[in-house]
Amino acid sequence: MFTALGRQVIGFLTYFGETTTLQFGIWRALVGRRLEYRTSVRQLAEIGVNSLPIAVVTLLFSGMVIGYHMSVQAGKMGVSELVGWLVAETMCRELSPVLVAFVVVARAGSAMAAEIGSMKVTEQIDALRAMATDPIDYLVAPRYLACLVMVPLLVLIGDTMGVSGGYLMAVISPDINQTVFFDSIPGNLESWTVLAGIIKAAVFGVIIAIVGCHQGLTTRMATEEVGRATTRSVVYSIMLIYAANLILTTILYPG
Amino acid sequence: MATAEAPIIRVRDMVYYAEEPSVLDGAGFKPILDGISFQVYPGEVFGIMGMSGAGKTSILRLLMGLVPVGSGDIEVLGQSIVGMSEQQLNEVRMEMGMCFQYSALLDSLTVAENVAFTLRRRTELSNDEIKRKVAEHLEIVGMAGHEEKMPAELSGGMKKRVGIARALATNPQIMLYDEPSAGLDPIMASVIDELIVRLREEFQMTSVVVTHEVDELFAIADRIMMIYQGRVIASDSPVALRESENAYVQQFVQGQAEGPVTV
Repeated sequence: MFTALGRQVIGFLTYFGETTTLQFGIWRALVGRRLEYRTSVRQLAEIGVNSLPIAVVTLLFSGMVIGYHMSVQAGKMGVSELVGWLVAETMCRELSPVLVAFVVVARAGSAMAAEIGSMKVTEQIDALRAMATDPIDYLVAPRYLACLVMVPLLVLIGDTMGVSGGYLMAVISPDINQTVFFDSIPGNLESWTVLAGIIKAAVFGVIIAIVGCHQGLTTRMATEEVGRATTRSVVYSIMLIYAANLILTTILYPG
Repeated sequence: MATAEAPIIRVRDMVYYAEEPSVLDGAGFKPILDGISFQVYPGEVFGIMGMSGAGKTSILRLLMGLVPVGSGDIEVLGQSIVGMSEQQLNEVRMEMGMCFQYSALLDSLTVAENVAFTLRRRTELSNDEIKRKVAEHLEIVGMAGHEEKMPAELSGGMKKRVGIARALATNPQIMLYDEPSAGLDPIMASVIDELIVRLREEFQMTSVVVTHEVDELFAIADRIMMIYQGRVIASDSPVALRESENAYVQQFVQGQAEGPVTV
């Protein structure tokens, strides 16, 4: 039993050590301008463009659902004029960063693990190193940069789509004044709320890239391991995003 | 072959574990390679043969610094690569080329981009010079005219040849070949073997060839080392090995099911 427990502890410490080392390697590549620019531009486009349609649909529908609930409850409490702000606050604080992160995990994080994992089992990672190229510079840093830039951008778009979704529900609700919906936002929604959502998104982006790339790079040399690495990347990312969200919420919104 | 010269590769008492043993593994953790020593001289074609899973490919990966050695020393071009940083290893790797068993071409890049890869990233050559070098190396391996194809459009033999062209692109002093004829038809296997010999003759390139194809290795190698269960059991010229009285060597060379080598 102690041996099994020992292996778990060593496994956790190894994972922590490897992901931290990977993070240092990425920053060395970014600061030392060693990353591959062509790959970076392609990753920016792929992560942004490929995740955009799902992010838009997810946030639009989520905004509509939140808008509906808020309309009904606010109507009962006689504060219908605050529905717009309530929807915007909910989207910017919590829903948009977390849902966009999940969309990117599903769309891009899993793809990173699968793509890099396939390269590992077909010896392409070894070939890169044999050609005096650090896989972190060529493969990981561009994906990290793309997540760091694109997840916050997608969250901004998600905020807009969520509020738009809420508005669409307000339009069909007899209790909500449509012009008041948007008027309630500027006076109540603080710019810090939007900024804090962006900060969360950047951290989630880092988690997605690090977990996805690490799983890919540590894939064992068998084809079925690519599938396992991909699944692990999704599970670990989601768990870490939940944990990071809790920590960030208490830091960014104290008291 | 000039054995009077200093060796270009010198391996001493090399031990290699597939995974680093942890403190929980105890003393029963067996290495893949155990106390391997050999030397390779400039311009030589050095063969390594042994059964599948004997650790032949691991030797090439160790020579390239792709995996950490457990203990012992590896000298390449006069410098020990054990304990080198990745940046230091990259300088040594620029003098080496490696052809992987399944070619390992970067599948998102064209043939030309694969061959140009190291030249673009690690040299100051102009675009025109890189294009010229790519064309030149594809010509050497008989793959001119396929520059714009993707690896998925190539046959196994074509991939191997592009892999060789890619490894040759930086004019390395040492070429490492991992199972160069694996999965190829006999004609294509001969083409690859002739190419290895031609590279030695025309460019005085040192080659380390790993294979379990006995006839292939005996045709192209100057010296052959045989490994079994992670240890060197024989190392000599092809002629001497054929005449060896070592029962392990004879069983392997003659491809017999019965003998001291157990499966």
